Amino acid sequence: MKQGIYKILENKSLTSDIYLMRLSGDTSSLTRPGQFINIALEGMFLRRPISVCDYNEKEITIIYKVVGKGTEAMSKMTIGKELDVLCGLGNGFDPDKCGNNPVVVGGGVGVPPMYGVAKALISRGKKVTAILGFNTAKEIFYKEEFEALGCDVKITTVDGSVGIKGFVTNALAETEYTDYCACGPEPMLKALYNATDKPGQLSFEERMGCGFGACMGCSCKTIYGNKRICKEGPVLVSEEILWDKEASK
Amino acid sequence: MKDLKVNLSGWELDNPIIPASGTYGFGYEFADLYDINILGSFSFKGTTKEPRFGNPTPRIAECYSGMINSVGLQNPGVEKVIAEELPKMRKVFNKKVVANVSGFSVDDYSYTVEKLSGEEDIGIFEVNISCPNVHNGGMAFGTSPENAALVTKACKAVTDKPVYIKLSPNVTDIVAIAKACEESGADGISMINTLLGMRIDLRSKKPVVANKMGGFSGPAIFPVALRMIYQVYEAVNIPIIGMGGVSTAEDVIEMMLAGASAVQVGAANLTNPYVCRDIIEELPRVMEKYKIEKLSDIIGGAH
Repeated sequence: MKQGIYKILENKSLTSDIYLMRLSGDTSSLTRPGQFINIALEGMFLRRPISVCDYNEKEITIIYKVVGKGTEAMSKMTIGKELDVLCGLGNGFDPDKCGNNPVVVGGGVGVPPMYGVAKALISRGKKVTAILGFNTAKEIFYKEEFEALGCDVKITTVDGSVGIKGFVTNALAETEYTDYCACGPEPMLKALYNATDKPGQLSFEERMGCGFGACMGCSCKTIYGNKRICKEGPVLVSEEILWDKEASK
Repeated sequence: MKDLKVNLSGWELDNPIIPASGTYGFGYEFADLYDINILGSFSFKGTTKEPRFGNPTPRIAECYSGMINSVGLQNPGVEKVIAEELPKMRKVFNKKVVANVSGFSVDDYSYTVEKLSGEEDIGIFEVNISCPNVHNGGMAFGTSPENAALVTKACKAVTDKPVYIKLSPNVTDIVAIAKACEESGADGISMINTLLGMRIDLRSKKPVVANKMGGFSGPAIFPVALRMIYQVYEAVNIPIIGMGGVSTAEDVIEMMLAGASAVQVGAANLTNPYVCRDIIEELPRVMEKYKIEKLSDIIGGAH
C-alpha cells in the first residue's frame, strides 16, 4: 500500500449513474487486477474504496457508481483536482491460477475490475469469454472495451432488452470454460458458485473502515479461518467460501 | 529540545502518543508504512479468553466527523495472541505495549490478564469494561461502580503490572465509576471508549450496521471526551490516558491540559494511517507555538 496524491485526468459519465475517472499518480503498489484504491473525500470521514478497472505505469482508471454522498461528490469533480489516495489495496485476482479458457463475469458495477482481469488473462495468451450482466439496455457499459481486448463478450439483461434475457448464469450455461473470475452483487456471486463446479475466484464487497487491515470492519469467515475483505480479500477462491453468514458465526 | 516524555505508573514513554486498541491491530500493518518505534507505545487489539469472530457485517457506518463500528471484539483469543500475535509484534516493535483486555465475566477478565501477565513486553494492562458492541459483558461492567470495582479487584489480584481501567462514556456519572476503580486499586484510568450510536440507511430504511448500533468515534466526540477527562481528573489521583476523537497535535495538548497523562489516537488511524507519525513530528512545533518546554508540565493545566 502507498499513500499519494493523484490528479484527475478525466471524469465522465458512462451511463446515468456510472462514471469513469482516470487518475495520474504512483501506481507501483498495484500488482494484480481486482485490487482497489481508497479515496479521501472532503467532508467525509471514511475513505471510499473503489476497485481498479485498469492501470499502467502512471495512470489508474476507476469506474464507480453514484450510490451516496461520497460517490455523488466524486461525480462532480473536475479535471486537475488532486485526491489523497491509498493505492494498492487488497489481494486481487491471480491470473496465473486460471486455466486456458477462463470466463470473466461482471455484474453491474462489478464489471470494471473484470476488465483488468480480462486484460491480464489475454496477455497470458488465454482465450477469454466475458459475461457482463446488467438490468437493462441503458445500463450497459464497457462492452466495446472488452471486445477490443479480444474477449468473446456475452451480455445479459434482466429485462431481455439486449443480449441473453436473465442473469449471468443463463449465459454461463451456454459457455465452454475452464474456470471463472467474478465480481458483482453477492446474490450473483452465490448463483454463479451454485451453477458450476469449476474453480472460481470471486471478488466480494463489504463496508470498510480503513481498507488496509487495521480495523476488522470487513471480516468474513472462510474455511481457512477469518479473513479481512480489504486485506486477504476482496478476492476469495471458490473452495474457501462460506456463504451462510449467520450459520458460520 | 522539547521534552515529550510522559510517565504512566513508573513506565516512561518517549512521547504521549499511543494508537488506540482496535485501530492498530498488533502493529505490523502499520510497521509496513513507517517505523512504529517512534510511538510512545500502542494498545493492542482487545483480547478475550476465547477466540471471537465478532458481530455480523456490515460493521461500519460513516458519520459526520466520525464513524460507527460494531466489530465486537474480533480477536484470536489470548492463547493465540501469546503464541502468534505477540511474536509477530515483537519483530516490528521493541517497546512495551498496552495490553487491552476484555471479557464477559469477572473470571474472563482475570483469566486473560493472568495469562498475559508473564509477557515481558507488556507495560500496562488496559482493561476494557466499556465495549458497546457485545452483549452480556463489556460495557455492562463499565456502567456500574460496583461491577467496575469487581473487575478492577479481580485483575489487580492476578498481576503485578499496572492496571488501567478503560471507561465507557455511556453512563450517567463517569466520575463515580472512575472513583470506584481508584478505590479498588486501579493504577490508572483510560477514557473514553466510543459513544453508542446509530445510522439508518435511507434506501433500505434499516440500520446501516447489522448489529443495529455501534460505537461512535472520531473528531465529533472530542469535546465529550475532553469534558469527561476534565471531570475525572478533578476526582481521582491516578493517571488518565485520554482518548476520543484525537487527530492533531493540538488535540493532544488540549487533552493533556484537561488532565490526560498520555493520549490515544483511534479512528484517525483508519483514515490517515500515518496520523500518529504526523502528530509526533508536529508536537515539538506546536509546543513551541504555545511556549511549552516539557509536555508533562501541562497535564491538568486547565484546572
